[in-house]
Amino acid sequence: MAKRDSRTPVSQQPHTVEIPDDITTIGGTVTVEINEKKVSVPFGTTILEACKTNQIHIPTLCHHPDLCIAGTCRVCLVDVEGMRTLQTSCSFPITSPIKIKTTTPMVRKARRHIIDLLLSEHYGECYTCVRNNNCELQALAKEYGVDNFTFGHVDKPRFEIDRSSPSVIRDMNKCVLCKRCVRTCIDLQEVGVLEAINRGDKTHIGTFYDKALADVVCINCGQCINRCPTGALHANDPSDDIWAAIDDPTKHVVIQTAPSPRAAIGEEFGQPAGTSYTGELNTALRRIGFDKVFDTNFSADLTIMEEGTELLNRLKAVLVDKDESVKLPQFTSCSPGWIKYIEHFYPEYLDHLSTAKSPQQMFGAVIKTFYAKEADVKPEDIVTVALMPCSAKKFECNRPEMADSGFKDVDYGLTTREMAKMIKEAGIHLPEMPSTNFDDPFGDASGAGLIFGATGGVMEAALRTAYELVTGREVPFKNLKIEPCRGFQGVKQASVKLENCVEDYKFLEGADLKFIVAHGTANAKIVMEMLKRGELNDVHFIEIMACPGGCIGGGGQPIPTSEAIRTARAKAIYEEEESLPIRKSHENTHVKYLYEKFLTDGPCGHLSHKLLHTHYTKRGKFIS
Amino acid sequence: METIIKKTQRTGPVIFSEYTRGKAVRKAIEIGRNDILFELKDSGLKGRGGAGFPTATKWMLSAAANGEKKYIVCNADEGEPGTFKDRVLLLEYPELIFDGMVIAGFTIGAKEGIVYLRGEYEYMLKSLEDYLEEMRKDNLLGKNILGKDGFDFDITIRLGSGAYVCGEETALIESLEGNRGEPRNRPPYPVNTGFMGYPTVVNNVETLAVVPHIVLKGGGWFKQHGTDKSTGSKLFSVSGDCARPGVYELPWGIKISELLFIVRAENTKAVQIGGASGVCIPKSQFDRAFAYEDIATGGSIMIFNESRNMLKVLKNFMEFFVEESCGQCTPCRIGNLKLLEGVNKIESGDFTFGYINTLKELGKTMQVASKCGLGQSSPNPFISILENFKEEIFNSKNRNGGSNGKAR
Ligand SMILES: Cc1cc2nc3c(=O)[nH]c(=O)nc-3n(C[C@H](O)[C@H](O)[C@H](O)COP(=O)(O)O)c2cc1C
Ligand code: SF4
Repeated sequence: MAKRDSRTPVSQQPHTVEIPDDITTIGGTVTVEINEKKVSVPFGTTILEACKTNQIHIPTLCHHPDLCIAGTCRVCLVDVEGMRTLQTSCSFPITSPIKIKTTTPMVRKARRHIIDLLLSEHYGECYTCVRNNNCELQALAKEYGVDNFTFGHVDKPRFEIDRSSPSVIRDMNKCVLCKRCVRTCIDLQEVGVLEAINRGDKTHIGTFYDKALADVVCINCGQCINRCPTGALHANDPSDDIWAAIDDPTKHVVIQTAPSPRAAIGEEFGQPAGTSYTGELNTALRRIGFDKVFDTNFSADLTIMEEGTELLNRLKAVLVDKDESVKLPQFTSCSPGWIKYIEHFYPEYLDHLSTAKSPQQMFGAVIKTFYAKEADVKPEDIVTVALMPCSAKKFECNRPEMADSGFKDVDYGLTTREMAKMIKEAGIHLPEMPSTNFDDPFGDASGAGLIFGATGGVMEAALRTAYELVTGREVPFKNLKIEPCRGFQGVKQASVKLENCVEDYKFLEGADLKFIVAHGTANAKIVMEMLKRGELNDVHFIEIMACPGGCIGGGGQPIPTSEAIRTARAKAIYEEEESLPIRKSHENTHVKYLYEKFLTDGPCGHLSHKLLHTHYTKRGKFIS
Repeated sequence: METIIKKTQRTGPVIFSEYTRGKAVRKAIEIGRNDILFELKDSGLKGRGGAGFPTATKWMLSAAANGEKKYIVCNADEGEPGTFKDRVLLLEYPELIFDGMVIAGFTIGAKEGIVYLRGEYEYMLKSLEDYLEEMRKDNLLGKNILGKDGFDFDITIRLGSGAYVCGEETALIESLEGNRGEPRNRPPYPVNTGFMGYPTVVNNVETLAVVPHIVLKGGGWFKQHGTDKSTGSKLFSVSGDCARPGVYELPWGIKISELLFIVRAENTKAVQIGGASGVCIPKSQFDRAFAYEDIATGGSIMIFNESRNMLKVLKNFMEFFVEESCGQCTPCRIGNLKLLEGVNKIESGDFTFGYINTLKELGKTMQVASKCGLGQSSPNPFISILENFKEEIFNSKNRNGGSNGKAR
């Protein structure tokens, strides 16, 4: 039997053939004929993969590299000699020397019919669609030379567009029922909000009792958007409001940019994944008309100061004061998708969440208080925009409790895709921009803040600071690279020994600081179940990011996504960080300045508690 | 009208022949696995659920597959329109079905059997479960069956919930696993990766019911009935315009006209063979035979006499498929809808022959491009009725719209 480590249902696993570890053994490869050419492929390779490695393009629609196989759209059909029907190349494992033909008249006719059928049910005009020029259905129609609607075309919408969620908009009129969103939500993220409902011609993708997305347990991660082949799912775009603010002379519009969009936005301008456009973006944003451009890495450093201090306080409370009301392990709280996930699915563990706000929200609160005073602008005239890789950030900034400055701390969360659209609209080709710096008084940012973008980054940044605070020495990792935090393994677990501690932290002498890093809520679920079973009693700190790969794989990032793309984005971030002069949050001079001038009672002090910390809501799974 | 036939009144060469509970199981233990498979292969038995896959091959494949556990599933979903033969077997011949399952378990090394019972048959649940309980008392189920060391097997019954597609074996397995009843990709086949990922044999009620007879009397005896390529006999569920509808056991190879005579059908215009997904045969072809080499069928026979409107018949079938497609794959979900729209267009007279031909081509695509048997066979009535009854359907006088139908 094949290995069953996959979470996906048996039905959707590609095949349960035993794939030999060593393909050089006898039987490890199979020689097949593809279009009359002999090729050797590893046993168990799908026809689609075999064709790909042999430069034969096969159209796909329901297939996605991150997801289990569906085999439902049927556009990848090929002819396998001796079989009565055509076979879906995405699902067909090669286990014997078969003969495959990929473009017979029957195959081409079938594909064309299928595309025609999909178009007959697809309501919406390409030029009014967010996915115009980046739509897989449109591309298929072009590839197959569709020049008329053979089977007709719907002329009025059948579904009401669901705009209830501040993050994700669902327009089922454009849905092709590939179920990539369903597989994302159920298998990849294990949230399980979306599923096919009814059967036959009544089949549609819906939520529990077809409720509005805002009224179900959606965590707003937007991973479904990233994997939707058409415009059926997209983020709630605030750019019209932002343009209006920019055009309003009484408004002082500031934007903070997070590291992940900077490492990915080039893709929207035709650049390969893995190039950062930080400085170029600063210039573009100023040309668009933002009054100030700030670096979210600054508030990431601030987050480390607050969250790291909170961790040390918790350790002291538990180990020294034996305070049973204080909970360990402490979980990170930067990922709003993760926050909503735990609020819905594990509300009984909210005490474990760090109370520190996310960098986006900390920045908002600081801008409308400290910055307003320094720059001498009225906070009510300031409009704060956050460029984020994330759709959940839109929900986060609209949480009613996020108004500690006395105003809405962050007015708009903008995704990478929406930012790119604004830049294009302003007539700017981003890669051509000269590079400029961020604005003061938050111009400094450490590399620690930068690596927040990749899974494990927050942990790495926190360890660099906490270890040094406790021992007075740098973390014992070459070039500050804490390798156990890096990479895309779902759940990573490691520890650092604390020795020769400074006076204040003598109570930690000899302790092993144990930590876990997980990304994607499916992995968060694994960790939470471990916690529930009491297996994490000796763990101190856990980083969780809702999206696979961390923020670089966020639901607001350029489409398409795949592990290769996410790896390239992460690489860009890690490379950029190594070249930075400051790489530890506590060495950020502007952060120090903020604590000296404004948050004078220090991290986790009175004022920072008011402005930089928050509380959570027990939501549970049932929403009435 | 049909008079209610009792079990004692049923006669037939194979299935309805004499049988006592447990007899074939005892014999099976005596002769052992290899001989059972030999007899089964020799008998030429093919699946009675519709697809006609050789039963011996299915059993051998799953016997050879490796898995910590194996399962026998009895497909009692009986959802094909016009089929009700499994109901008769379940009500009157449970000994055949359950003994067949026990023998199947013994042969492939499965310890668990599951009956997937059509939701509408819930009323039988109690009596079937009582029957299983009796079998347990007689040591025909449970541990060390009939004293054979290590031969453990038991049967549970699970109720379906009313979707036609759940009769398709992989959708059935999904349904058993608690998921949406949607057919799986093949390969892998259930014989390797079935229920919960374990090797699973899914057989129709009737297929399993034949097995005890073959084990007892041998493949050679079975082959004496039927034709060379279609051995044994078949249960036919006959309904529609005839004086004696009901379930009949008849040898394979019997002609349509012969069957029509037996059931006293008069003025017959058409016979729909194989349920909604089958083919519609006109009078001119009534000398064709029921056989895998001619017209294969799971046994549903619907008779239409001269008074019937074939376009309406077709429309009814297409409405069924539009509703019963599981909705997962494109050709079936949207294709059936387009075929139905085509029927509606013909009905209203608002069509071109060019477009109808395009739809026939679409039907051919659906036959090869759909994921499961539903979409692969749902164009059958569309293609066969429009072809075999084109006179009636396209002659505008006969259409619903009367003479003002405006075929262009
Ligand atoms: C849409 C669809 C519905 C089916 N319904 C049934 C059914 O109700 N009963 C049945 O025995 N087989 C049904 N089948 C056939 C099964 O998939 C499968 O071939 C059969 O159970 C195998 O058993 P057999 O080899 O004994 O015939 C159906 C197939 C399809 C495609
Ligand atoms: S052919 Fe029809 S019933 Fe079968 S998988 Fe496709 S949509 Fe479902």
